[in-house]
Amino acid sequence: MASTIESALRVETKRQQLPPREKLEQIFDIRDLAAIYGSKPALKDVSMEVYKNLVTAIIGPSGCGKSTFIRCLNRMNDLVPHFRQTGAILYHGHDISGANVDPVAVRRTIGMVFQRPNPFPKSIFENVAWGLRVLGMKDNLNERVERALTQAALWDEVKDRLKASGLSLSGGQQQRLCIARAIAVEPDVVLMDEPASALDPIATQAIEQLMHELKSEYSFVIVTHNMQQAARVADMTAFFSISRGDEGERWGELIEYDSTEKIFTAPSDKRTEDYVTGRFG
Amino acid sequence: MSALETTPNPLVRRSDRLGRRRIVNRSMEVLAWLAAAIAVAILGVVVWSVARRGASELNLDLFTKSPVQFAIGNVKQGLANAFVGSIVLVAVATAMALPVGILIAVYLNEFAPPSIESGVSLVLDVLNGIPSIVIAIFVFGLLVVGHGQSGLAGSFALATLMLPLVTRTTMEVLALVPDSLREAGLGLGVPRWRTTLSIVLPQTIGGVLTGTVLAVARIAGETAPLLLVSSVVGTAVKWNPTQALYSVPLAIFEDSESPVPADHARAWAAALVLLLFIMCASLGARWLASRSRRKLGRTAR
Repeated sequence: MASTIESALRVETKRQQLPPREKLEQIFDIRDLAAIYGSKPALKDVSMEVYKNLVTAIIGPSGCGKSTFIRCLNRMNDLVPHFRQTGAILYHGHDISGANVDPVAVRRTIGMVFQRPNPFPKSIFENVAWGLRVLGMKDNLNERVERALTQAALWDEVKDRLKASGLSLSGGQQQRLCIARAIAVEPDVVLMDEPASALDPIATQAIEQLMHELKSEYSFVIVTHNMQQAARVADMTAFFSISRGDEGERWGELIEYDSTEKIFTAPSDKRTEDYVTGRFG
Repeated sequence: MSALETTPNPLVRRSDRLGRRRIVNRSMEVLAWLAAAIAVAILGVVVWSVARRGASELNLDLFTKSPVQFAIGNVKQGLANAFVGSIVLVAVATAMALPVGILIAVYLNEFAPPSIESGVSLVLDVLNGIPSIVIAIFVFGLLVVGHGQSGLAGSFALATLMLPLVTRTTMEVLALVPDSLREAGLGLGVPRWRTTLSIVLPQTIGGVLTGTVLAVARIAGETAPLLLVSSVVGTAVKWNPTQALYSVPLAIFEDSESPVPADHARAWAAALVLLLFIMCASLGARWLASRSRRKLGRTAR
């Protein structure tokens, strides 16, 4: 475990300089996104771009719409009754909420890891293999499963008990199994909704480490309310906060979006500064 | 000692009402206990009286021999035709109601918008409350008039009774499956139907089985629907549901009205068998339910 901690610490020190934003390849172009549950606004006026092969962190206080936002990116909110969304989310130039867009195809390309580990009540092997089989990636099934588990830094721990239930693993292992399951089907983007909030520090570091190692292959968007985590793993950071209307209604808003270094060392908005320096709940 | 006497104990407050409260409390406890005892006693009396009268006729002949009309002397006879008829009727009814019930439950719980779900749920509750004789008349008018009685018509009537029970229990177990599992499947880019089929439904097998066993126990004792649609039968053992089939509840009903004392004894024996079956089914259902709850509990964490 010592090596995990050391390498996790190394992550921080060897962050490379980001090229200028114009040179980065966009994967998401989000324009004036607003989200409403029934009559309660959850998000207003979110416009930002997400870049390829980077880790983009979404930070902000509870209730600022971070999870709502990230769930918009692969249409998971479709399942929520009375949810409506306006504005556009362009994925490589295509609107993912377009009328003829299949939400299943969207989620196929843009995978998701959830806040609480949610392995299937199947064996460890089947947890990864099921998605592959259902999605028609049946060739070299064993190799694919092994590769995904290796990428998720879980292979060495489970290779001798692949037939054991996924639920028999510890919380951190379960979450890494969920990550293996998500990357096995080779999505383009992996969305992570507070993936480490239910985990201990060592499991958290393992997950941060694997995000860092995998970002050459995938792009990550991660919601976190742990600022240190954002500072450690993210290349770009977006700060969301709660705005209040005249009649006491509250909604989430994007306050500032910039390179992680800028957000944490020289934020341009007073609210961002208050939040990252801990002067805000 | 004197010090103890002079310091008033703060836990004891002199009050005239304390005694009265104790009496009310105790008498209410006794009343509640009695109410529970009555429920148990009624079941006990029913089981005991049925067992006492039926046990003498409970032998292999009851299950293997058919009744003999106008029997003279001590002819060995049984109710094989009724037991076989009941098995066929209930099996066919289950085969009709179970798939439809599961499909309804899956649609309502997984796919239907909330307005349709509450509407259809209400309809199912109403269907569940319809007296079985009304269903019998409906099936009589639908299937028997012009076609004659048949086991299939009887099964259809029983299936109508079974449908809301099966649907309701399936919906309840589906609601217990955590949403995080559905999201896990969908988050992979797997279509919803596939997630439902491979991830959600396997979680409900135990619960659905429990509901089915309870529903089977319930319809196995139904007399009214069969009276109109599957009752004109001979004494032969028949497995073919296109013919009218005899059934255990009907046998109890008809034998108990017979002038022959031996028929009464057989009715009691048949009642005992039915009672034992329902008791075993209920116990089995409880066991299944606790097992599937444990399984779901593990998943939810």
